[in-house]
Amino acid sequence: MSADNEPLIIGFLCNWCSYAGADMAGTSRMAYPSNIRIIRVPCSGRVDPLLIVKCFQEGADAVLVAGCHPGDCHYNEGNYYSRRRFAVLRALLDFMGIDKERFRVEWVSASEGKRFSQIVSQFTEDMNRIGARKAG
Amino acid sequence: MSRIGVFICHCGTNIGGVVNVPEVVEAARHMPLVAFADENKYTCSEVGQSSIRNAIAEHKLDRVVIASCSPRMHENTFRRTVTAAGINPYLLEMANLREHCSWVHSDARDATSKAIDLVRMAVSKVARHEALFPKQIGLTKRALVIGGGVTGIQAALDIAASGHEVVLVEKEPSIGGRMAQLDKTFPTLDCSACILTPKMVDVAQHPKITLLSYSEIVDVRGFVGNFEVDILRKAKLVDYEKCTGCGLCWQACPEKIPSEFNLGLGHRTAIYIPFAQAVPNKPVIDIANCRYENYRRWKETEEGEEPPQCRICEGVCPTEAIDRTQQDEIITEKFGAIVVTTGFKTFDYSVYGEYGGGRYPNVITSLQLERLMSAAGPTEGEVLRPSDGTHPKSVVFIQCVGSRDDKVNRPYCSKVCCMYTAKHAIMLKEHDPEVQCYVFYIDIRAGGKDFEEFARRAQDETGALYLRGRVSQIYQQGDKLMVLGEDSLMGRPVEITADLVVLATGMEPSENAAEIAQTLNISYNTYNFLIEAHPKLRPVETQTDGIFVAGAAVGPRDIPECVAHGSAAAVKAVALLSQDSLTTDPLISVVDPMKCVGCFACKEVCPFNAIEEQVTRDGRTISSINESVCKGCGLCVVACRPGAINLRGFTNQQLLSEVLTLVGR
Repeated sequence: MSADNEPLIIGFLCNWCSYAGADMAGTSRMAYPSNIRIIRVPCSGRVDPLLIVKCFQEGADAVLVAGCHPGDCHYNEGNYYSRRRFAVLRALLDFMGIDKERFRVEWVSASEGKRFSQIVSQFTEDMNRIGARKAG
Repeated sequence: MSRIGVFICHCGTNIGGVVNVPEVVEAARHMPLVAFADENKYTCSEVGQSSIRNAIAEHKLDRVVIASCSPRMHENTFRRTVTAAGINPYLLEMANLREHCSWVHSDARDATSKAIDLVRMAVSKVARHEALFPKQIGLTKRALVIGGGVTGIQAALDIAASGHEVVLVEKEPSIGGRMAQLDKTFPTLDCSACILTPKMVDVAQHPKITLLSYSEIVDVRGFVGNFEVDILRKAKLVDYEKCTGCGLCWQACPEKIPSEFNLGLGHRTAIYIPFAQAVPNKPVIDIANCRYENYRRWKETEEGEEPPQCRICEGVCPTEAIDRTQQDEIITEKFGAIVVTTGFKTFDYSVYGEYGGGRYPNVITSLQLERLMSAAGPTEGEVLRPSDGTHPKSVVFIQCVGSRDDKVNRPYCSKVCCMYTAKHAIMLKEHDPEVQCYVFYIDIRAGGKDFEEFARRAQDETGALYLRGRVSQIYQQGDKLMVLGEDSLMGRPVEITADLVVLATGMEPSENAAEIAQTLNISYNTYNFLIEAHPKLRPVETQTDGIFVAGAAVGPRDIPECVAHGSAAAVKAVALLSQDSLTTDPLISVVDPMKCVGCFACKEVCPFNAIEEQVTRDGRTISSINESVCKGCGLCVVACRPGAINLRGFTNQQLLSEVLTLVGR
């Protein structure tokens, strides 16, 4: 949680689809809340589940991973790996005491600027609703 | 210690209008390892770039952060800038303050504090960059063109003209595509076949072009300069070495099948060429419909009634070219560049119940009308009603069938329909002066050279009545069609008794466009149109190096645009093939041989088979990355249990450092 009590969302976006989709949201001026900080990765399959855990450990309120739609991965099958890895991670979040809602995996293509904007808006709204993470 | 320079761009008012740039500069000056920070009006301009080069020299900077637009836009520009100032191009990082910040956030305070965060992330990341050096690899100086419509033909001819070998793959028995089906072209009323067929023949005769008709792409491996493509050559059952294209076989074949080329308006035989000027001008046997092939299939099981044998074609063929032993065959070829020109098909209007959904024989599509008008068509150029073969006197055209209609998920404009309908109105009048045309339209879109004049000519000279509005229903009454619609300019309903209704069906990508795009690993949109690398500045390139796109596969386009894009793609392919070696991207995975335990979990996840086994001097078998094959996805990094693999440019340490600048503060 930053100083003004806004939830912090860390977004890992694959370079080919979702990062480009976020660019498209910008080019099309599709506004969304400024809570998200985007980290560019080549593929959603590059995102290590342990890094997500680290984000939560260090105090992030929410994490978004976005990649190409299944079947459209720039690297053919990277998003299939991320889908499976994050399904496992999601199952473990409860065990770690982190609300599952705080972690979201979405597919956003390079042309889906509007979709990206909607996802971030909805995610931010949901995070505002469930509030800050409890310390510890 | 690093000396990082941070350059923050106003981008005119694009960033500076929202983000308080001086505040970001001030914040950057206090970030760790930052030796210098400054702002520019336009960092990408020559003035901006030279100020960076000067600052690098003056302040002895060794790493650079540029906070401006998306790295997808200008990363290469700025890599060149820092290279010119003596810094390794990979010691650069960009913070996306425009697309990801100022363009989507309107609150200056929020946007500024986010901008500072983005700069801080980039600074922490750039501090962990290392100098990287690209490698040189060889390439195959041949091009593959997928799709033999006018776009593919143009691309193949242009690439071949540069002296490079081209393989043109076409799934149908002949090249020519949709343009071969047209009678005339707008706005000049050139005969379509007369201008296309010489190009088709050029393709067949060009010594540098290999034409693989009746063939499809099955699989594509490799990367720019070094693609390996599996091509399915469907069995034609005709030996093209022996066949002379004399035509005796298809004149003798007794089987009659609705002709795909004539869109069901005429018939073809089972051994056939799709149309008279087909290239290659040699037939294929349609295995599914050939009587003897049916008999052969029956013979395998002998179930049911014995079908007739036939083999008439074999009897009449003077060169014994019929070869029943031919099988589908997959060949593998190597290419340096691929041009995708898979073209379009017309919208299937049967979803429109109000237009009869395909029940009325006298409701036809515009492309079917082209076939009726063509002298080489099923009626030899006489426009006759499909139901009874009479000349229609009252013809209704309906625009935007499968275009500009959210109801059928086709919100886009197909661009060519307004013009081809104007052409049809003019030509129908030429065919038969007694014809009265009615055109139901939404808007007349006639943007293009001589287009507006042409559309006006249809209205003013031929007396075609243009009615602004939609048609709500068509129903059959006797042998006439009653068309109920609305004239929205007069604000009243209209009812027209028509002999023929012509639907201006829109354009959509070919049947297997998405499948081919997936095989090639290039993107496509929700309608399956291919996506170019940049819609304005890189219109024929894709996000996959070495693969280019052109023609109506990318979006609705008319013939001159397709030809221009075909040539454009050809130039891009030639520019690639003209190089003696290619520079590879060094942002790939590396293995730390000391940490690798040889479990090969990485090898299992690698989509490109880039991971090889290597024996070290002390006898351990460990992973090693083939640098020309690795594409830098990083799947192996996550799979690696001992943490021996890292991805250059996106290392574990870098991603972690970006996270840590955001949290725990």
